Amino acid sequence: MSFISYLINGLGLGSVYAIIALGYTMVYGIAKMLNFAHGDVIMIGAYVALLSMTHAGMPVLPAVLISVVACTVLGLLIERVAYKPLRNASSSLAVLITAIGVSYLLQNIALLMFGANAQTFPSVVKWKGLSLAGGKLTISGETLVTIIVCIIIMIALILFVQKTKPGQAMRAVSEDRGAALLMGINVNGTIALTFAIGSGLAAIAGVLLCSAYPSLTPYTGAMPGIKAFVAAVFGGIGSIPGAFIGGILLGIIEIFGKAYISSQMADAIVFAVLIVVLLVKPTGLLGKKIQEKV
Amino acid sequence: MLKKLSKQKISDIITYGIVLVAFIVMQILINAGQISSLFEGLMVPLCTYIILAISLNLVVGVLGELSLGHAGFMCVGAFTSAFFSKCMQDTITNSIVRFLIALLIGIVVAAIFGLLIGIPVLRLNGDYLAIVTLAFGEIIKNIVNVLFIGKDSKGFHFSTKDVMALNMEPDGKVIVNGPQGITGAPKDATFFIGFILVLITLFIILNLIHSRDGRAIMAIRDNRIAAESIGINITKYKLMTFTISAAMAGAAGVLYGHNLSNLTANTNNFGYNMSINILVFVVLGGIGNIRGSIISAVVLTLLPELLRGLSDYRMLIYAIVLIVMMLFNWAPKAIEWREKYLSFKKNKKEAVK
Repeated sequence: MSFISYLINGLGLGSVYAIIALGYTMVYGIAKMLNFAHGDVIMIGAYVALLSMTHAGMPVLPAVLISVVACTVLGLLIERVAYKPLRNASSSLAVLITAIGVSYLLQNIALLMFGANAQTFPSVVKWKGLSLAGGKLTISGETLVTIIVCIIIMIALILFVQKTKPGQAMRAVSEDRGAALLMGINVNGTIALTFAIGSGLAAIAGVLLCSAYPSLTPYTGAMPGIKAFVAAVFGGIGSIPGAFIGGILLGIIEIFGKAYISSQMADAIVFAVLIVVLLVKPTGLLGKKIQEKV
Repeated sequence: MLKKLSKQKISDIITYGIVLVAFIVMQILINAGQISSLFEGLMVPLCTYIILAISLNLVVGVLGELSLGHAGFMCVGAFTSAFFSKCMQDTITNSIVRFLIALLIGIVVAAIFGLLIGIPVLRLNGDYLAIVTLAFGEIIKNIVNVLFIGKDSKGFHFSTKDVMALNMEPDGKVIVNGPQGITGAPKDATFFIGFILVLITLFIILNLIHSRDGRAIMAIRDNRIAAESIGINITKYKLMTFTISAAMAGAAGVLYGHNLSNLTANTNNFGYNMSINILVFVVLGGIGNIRGSIISAVVLTLLPELLRGLSDYRMLIYAIVLIVMMLFNWAPKAIEWREKYLSFKKNKKEAVK
């Protein structure tokens, strides 16, 4: 029984990783950059939701909505101010270091505004969850809601990318930016849209993450952010189903590692997975190999 | 060609000169008692940061890849050497000899780790490499925090659980105590040793950059495919750069570890934050500019101590420095603007040509 409950917890954690990884993978696929600040957008989203619930006394849904809007605006702002000027820079290192700077900036702004002390995040899920097999197996409401939300987001995103005009534009830009520009696609607008979607998803991920693990500090987002990137690489960067599979697998690996190997070594195990994946199959499970041209 | 060479040499001599003069001035001030003990205590960490900044600049500036795991190499160097020094504390009483052996051990082990982590480097570049090195640094920190090593009459005992699991004889003593790290290793590092290490690091780097190997490495940075096509062995040079850089970070770690009575691994000294700190030194000093790295490491280490009131904002300022410097130096629009309005720079360049 404990095996099944670990598996379900892993699915819950993995779903959060998957939602974060979607943001990474879309941005990487389209803007060809690693948005290091993505994890910290999650943290900001959680703080916004927390403040609107505790200080403004808002009900759950409007609070989450405000958090999504705030993160979307933040994502657009970051993209416009910090990343867009460097899009055609001669070295790809430039935008990577800038992204690290943005990540650090967000952490330290949060540190100055909210302090370093952990704040308790009230769960947004009021549902008690399920009790199966005569009470031997309980699944918390948070886990179930996380998994369901993740699946809904996945399906919605795939439909968006495959069936709509902006989604088509995204695929075109990710395939060949220059050619997309020649076809009359607004490349800058498409990249901004990608950042907006990714950051909005980050807010949802932040709320779900903090509902399941209710302690919020300015550093809450950093680790899940990096792990979600691992998940995105694991599944094959640039691929939406890949991010989903990678996230779920990583969540399960982490929970099993904690349960069966060593709770302190769980992070090391997750990172070891990354190194092994990159050594064995650098393109990830579902990634495509891109031939480099001179 | 001859003229260019001599210009290079002058530049190198200026770099050595700055370090030497700074050391002599500090030494005179310390001897004259003009320096507070707090400031004096900063001197060894300062040497550590300079070495780290130079070593990271080799990877970022010369090879053109980003390593976020330099704190990990430093951690390896610090812990292996402190472990050795603590074990040999009573056997080798001469602190200089003990430190030299510890230094050698720290450097060699860090270099081995650099080589090991360098193997994925062969297949990766850019963002992937950055994240792998970051992962490596976190793994090292994680492992050090769960490692327990004790020593008794029967030899060494290892555990990853706690002190009790070591199963030692009553006479055994704990050397590495998990999250508490290594306590009571001898403090063998001095400002003079640090200074010598900085000079040696500088000597190695400057000679490497101006050598045939150095030019090959820079060719890889400028265009990997073109470099490969003219027969430069990319694998070899990347591995070489990475290993040298890791060895230097290991040396910095040895220095750092032998300056503390209580060596622990946390985010601020051997984790992500430290890696970012070093990156800020390199970026502010100018990517690829060794002298700039040294100056910015000194300024950014001493300035926060002088401006204590700003300590809350230190990291915030670092973050802004990173973003602004990158935008100013690399954004195509900013470069255009600089060429238009700060044209004296351009004229100067043309005059040199």
